[in-house]
Amino acid sequence: MEYTYNVEAGNYALAGEASSSIKALLKKLGISGDIVRRMAIAAYEAEMNIVIHSKGGCLILKISPEELILISEDRGPGIPDIDLAMKEGYSTAPDEAREMGFGAGMGLSNMKRCADEFNIKSTVGIGTKVQIKIYLK
Amino acid sequence: MTIRDIIECIDGKILTSECDMEQNVEYGYACDLLSHVMAKCSPNSVWITVQTHLNVVAVASLVDIACIIIPESIDVEKETLDRAEKEGITIISTGLNTFEICGRLYDMGISPCP
Ligand SMILES: Nc1ncnc2c1ncn2[C@@H]1O[C@H](COP(=O)(O)OP(=O)(O)OP(=O)(O)O)[C@@H](O)[C@H]1O
Ligand SMILES: [Mg+2]
Repeated sequence: MEYTYNVEAGNYALAGEASSSIKALLKKLGISGDIVRRMAIAAYEAEMNIVIHSKGGCLILKISPEELILISEDRGPGIPDIDLAMKEGYSTAPDEAREMGFGAGMGLSNMKRCADEFNIKSTVGIGTKVQIKIYLK
Repeated sequence: MTIRDIIECIDGKILTSECDMEQNVEYGYACDLLSHVMAKCSPNSVWITVQTHLNVVAVASLVDIACIIIPESIDVEKETLDRAEKEGITIISTGLNTFEICGRLYDMGISPCP
């Protein structure tokens, strides 16, 4: 099964809806609480990065008996130095996001911590793609 | 500890209607940076923050936080309260500041998130 959720750039009022839908869906499918929680956290961090740092994109959730795959794909500035972006505390979040409590520079590492596999690819001027897998078995 | 005990302990006032006063709360966490909360806050906990916008409810709901305490009688937007009611999250207001809230809850037996 595959589900796609569009995520609008800059829309803080709608932010979190895609991750909430993902969480509700996984719960309904009877997936264990710990796994639902890990996916919800990863999806939210991915969603917020699209809202804050990109020009828009989507989350794609793929569900199979073996694993959950989350793909976050956006159009945007991309990430020039991925090692630096992965460092906890590094953030280029604008002031409006920081005032709301975003911009701790923890999102990507939170995603990685919640995942069994984590992959990030980014092209400057084109966009960013993050893929995580969480094993069900 | 229940939400009722917490309200009494911090001289709090409930801002959301239809909340379950007997809901169990074991842990507490205080932080205004949302990614820290996502990373560290356990289910069935109380979260103390000065942030009052909609995303606070999204974070709380995603990590199954039971209740949010807003310190220093800071105003909470109506949309935030409406969303919290929909998600079944209790929001409590108190005149105490974050330091005082944490101290009282800690003394009462609320533990740090494991
Ligand atoms: N989708 C993206 N497009 C462009 N840049 C990004 C994207 N995702 C992350 N980045 C860059 O990587 C940095 C670190 O991202 P990370 O999610 O770890 O922290 P943050 O979003 O700045 O803060 P937090 O997630 O703690 O609120 C960002 O500040 C930004 O510079
Ligand atoms: Mg982020």
